[in-house]
Amino acid sequence: MSAVELHAHTDTHSHEHHEHRELNFIQKYIFSTDHKIIAKQFLITGLIWALIGGLLSLVFRLQLGFPGADLSFLKPFLGHWITESGKLHQEFYLAAVTMHGTIMVFFVLTAGLSGTFSNFLIPLQIGARDMASGFLNMLSYWFFFLSSVVMLISLFLETGPAAGGWVIYPPLSALPQAISGSGLGMTLWLVSMALFIVSSLLGGINYITTVINLRTEGMSFTKLPLTIWAFFITAIIGVLSFPVLLSAALLLIFDRSFGTSFYLSEIYIGGEALPNVGGSPILFQHLFWFLGHPEVYIVLLPALGITSEIIATNSRKPIFGYRAMIGSILGIAFLSFIVWAHHMFVTGMNPFLGSIFMFLTLIIAVPSAVKAFNYITTLWKGNIIFTPAMLFSIGLVSLFISGGLTGIILGNAALDIQLHDTYFVVAHFHLVMGAASFFGMIAGIYHWFPKMFGRMMNDKLGYLHFWLTFVGAYLVFFPMHYIGIAGFPRRYYSWTNFDAFNTFHDLNAFISVAAIITVAAQLIFAFNFFYSMFYGKLAPANPWRSNTLEWTTPRFPKHGNWEGPLPTVYRWPYDYSKPGAKEDFIPQNVPYSATPESNLPGEQDINLEEIDFEVVKDEQAH
Amino acid sequence: MAYLVLLASILLFIVVMSLIYRVLSLVKIANKTSNERVGFSNKVHAALFPLFFVVGFGLIIWYSGVAKQYFLPEAASEHGVRTDFLFWVTMAIICTAFLITHVLLFFFPYLYQYRENRKAYYYPHNDKLEVVWTTIPAVVMAILVFSGYVVWSDITAESPKDATVIEILGKQFNWHVRYPGLDGQLGAYNYKKIDATNSMGVDFKDPKSLDDFMPREIHLPKGKPVRLQIRARDVIHSVFMPHFRVKMDAVPGMQTTFWFIPTKTTEEMRKELNNPNFNYELACTEVCGGGHFAMRMLIIVEEPEKFETWVKEQEPWAKQNKEYLASLGINYDKLVASKK
Ligand code: HEM
Ligand SMILES: [Cu+2]
Ligand SMILES: [Cu+2]
Repeated sequence: MSAVELHAHTDTHSHEHHEHRELNFIQKYIFSTDHKIIAKQFLITGLIWALIGGLLSLVFRLQLGFPGADLSFLKPFLGHWITESGKLHQEFYLAAVTMHGTIMVFFVLTAGLSGTFSNFLIPLQIGARDMASGFLNMLSYWFFFLSSVVMLISLFLETGPAAGGWVIYPPLSALPQAISGSGLGMTLWLVSMALFIVSSLLGGINYITTVINLRTEGMSFTKLPLTIWAFFITAIIGVLSFPVLLSAALLLIFDRSFGTSFYLSEIYIGGEALPNVGGSPILFQHLFWFLGHPEVYIVLLPALGITSEIIATNSRKPIFGYRAMIGSILGIAFLSFIVWAHHMFVTGMNPFLGSIFMFLTLIIAVPSAVKAFNYITTLWKGNIIFTPAMLFSIGLVSLFISGGLTGIILGNAALDIQLHDTYFVVAHFHLVMGAASFFGMIAGIYHWFPKMFGRMMNDKLGYLHFWLTFVGAYLVFFPMHYIGIAGFPRRYYSWTNFDAFNTFHDLNAFISVAAIITVAAQLIFAFNFFYSMFYGKLAPANPWRSNTLEWTTPRFPKHGNWEGPLPTVYRWPYDYSKPGAKEDFIPQNVPYSATPESNLPGEQDINLEEIDFEVVKDEQAH
Repeated sequence: MAYLVLLASILLFIVVMSLIYRVLSLVKIANKTSNERVGFSNKVHAALFPLFFVVGFGLIIWYSGVAKQYFLPEAASEHGVRTDFLFWVTMAIICTAFLITHVLLFFFPYLYQYRENRKAYYYPHNDKLEVVWTTIPAVVMAILVFSGYVVWSDITAESPKDATVIEILGKQFNWHVRYPGLDGQLGAYNYKKIDATNSMGVDFKDPKSLDDFMPREIHLPKGKPVRLQIRARDVIHSVFMPHFRVKMDAVPGMQTTFWFIPTKTTEEMRKELNNPNFNYELACTEVCGGGHFAMRMLIIVEEPEKFETWVKEQEPWAKQNKEYLASLGINYDKLVASKK
């Protein structure tokens, strides 16, 4: 399935096993245990999902922008979900919104982002031959693949996919009588998510173990690139929070199929009173958001890590405040576990709890602000090269700030009363988590494409892609603030029933047009990606003049990554434009003894006499 | 057919793009004269960022002016005025932060674009700066949290004893409301008593329920505290009254509540907004199924005297549905007589 099949090198001396033997096609590209191949599998699956999720958003954007329009032309694709009169079915509207959210959050920005870059970069940047367990890593992808298949199937069910919102609040998600998507569609959603969680845990455990155990000689935690710090902490957040979602889902499965009452109580529906009493729908919300909020950072932190790396490299400057950056990652990670109930201010939860969570939520703004300031200061007095990756990284910082600031309003319980579940929330989270993380992912692809495929992407197409996407993202999501401040509720099929929401017709049409253009612009990227994979210019060894270890591997690294011994690390990854140095970068594997002209006071190789450059530290490789 | 068209367009797109790709690559090779590290496009991007900023902010300011009339629809409750004030204060703060950070973020690329003969400034950290910009947001946040906390505590405090109680029940896909009638007390309910007629599941064995009435619209007295008692009978809904800044979920199996003081009658609001058709509305803001977007109910705010008259005019539900009560074995007339 993956396009890496055509990868054009045939000499397969694997370093993986003790004997040198040819791996057949399936071992090499399908059931591979090479972290680089697995990363590409995640990437391509994630990109396919991004396309599906994006197209779904266009379906409901058409409805919102042009409520009266005849959508019969979608009938060949959507079948009976387009009614006789050419209208989108109301329940399918909700199904599309739900699938869009689920796909984007979990399949694209969790699996597609962490799965790709944690897998690809952790071993390459810490100087390891592979993940701690290549086998578990392979399982992680295949669980994700299964999960994807199940979710995909659910899109084609007669009764439709899950339709209760990506947060699947019961009782709506528990009762097929309430909405048809809560029938088989919801069952498949739950099965798919259970598989997804397994995949994510297998991956996460592997990332954590690898970072702790397999760092190469000299790669202490204080020399780790910020990408690795971000992936490492993200994995820890995931391992701690995903099991809670699994348990929430399990209890929901019990309620749906085995007559328990964890979330159900005193319900009369479809002409009958259900026997369930004593359950609490609020319990589900607590469990869900205990994952749900950390999930926001699971998608965001890797993007921020990627950005840190790219901004430093292309500003030709050290990242400003390396330790503060690590500190803020740690702070955000810790706080992300104790703010979940800010999603629940008006659910009837005890108002005193609301006060506590308001306090904790606004604290998290502080480390986030520190990150933004540090990015900006890194640009200051830099010598900036605008590669497509750099453009997307700067874009990310802008979107992160724009979206993050409105969080200060939403985190305030008194203000959230009016804005909760309006388009203000949609604007907020699309900017700060949707668009920002998406930009991080795209930036990462542009930056590491040469390492992934040994070829360069076309930069001019990249520039065009960036400006269309950047302008487009703002044109789509910024106006949603206005609509939200006016009170427009989200997940509405149409607003014309209400006098209060019967305005902004033009603006809604405008957003929809902008969305179509923005999604269309992604096709330029898709083309550039797949075409360059085969026909792109061959990449130089270190195209961005970067300091990190992945650029010391051959153009087409084999399984095992380095031909000879593993590199040794002597310095932090941000020695860019060091005063006195000949070049404006000094890779991590260059010892201080080789750069006497630029060493700062106190900078010298530790235990110089013990270091033997020829030591082969990787007996296990051969 | 549709699929064919789609396929053809995809093919066409790929062909056109490959041509463009080739041309771009050739141009690049042709242009490659010296060993420069960056080309002309670096200058273009450096200039586009400030341009984006200027145009973008122009648009934001212009459109904010246009859209102002729709912002936070005119507040018509006491706490609404307070939250609106806090909203605009916070908005001013975040707009300032937005402006400052974006000026820097979009002008630095221009100022510090790559130049062959310059070297970036090696500036790995400055602890003083870090402390400063950790402290400033922390202090601002502390102030915001505190003011938010004060308002939030007042809004969520116990309602005054004399509040008018109104029960709201959300169901797929409309609302039902119940007023306590002249005795000022709502009768008990039980979800097992719900059926096609008794849609709120009122327990008519409870004498308090005999004078409860269930109008098709919500009436509220101006200037008097009103307490909503909110519940749901099938899935979660959410009571949203945009003009009163009221939002609270309706949860099956759990009663929730929200109290507030309306400050403007419907008539006053019509005059103020210069819109003779203006009406207060109740909407649902928790997704509850296919009809979620259509759960509208009308709200009418009147002077207290007019409200009292209206209450007196309403006929109790039980009186309107004597046969139904009889089918449950309850004799309405007898009970009312004994109650007196
Ligand atoms: C062109 C791109 C996109 C457009 C036009 C778009 C548009 C929308 C709109 C209008 C809604 C609200 C629908 C409603 O409430 O009725 C929505 C929901 C949502 N979107 Fe997007 N979106 C896009 C990309 C993304 C991305 C990249 C993410 C990743 C985080 C994302 C995540 C979500 C989520 C989580 C929801 C909530 C779903 C729910 O209510 O259950 N979207 N999107
Ligand atoms: Cu959250
Ligand atoms: Cu609803």
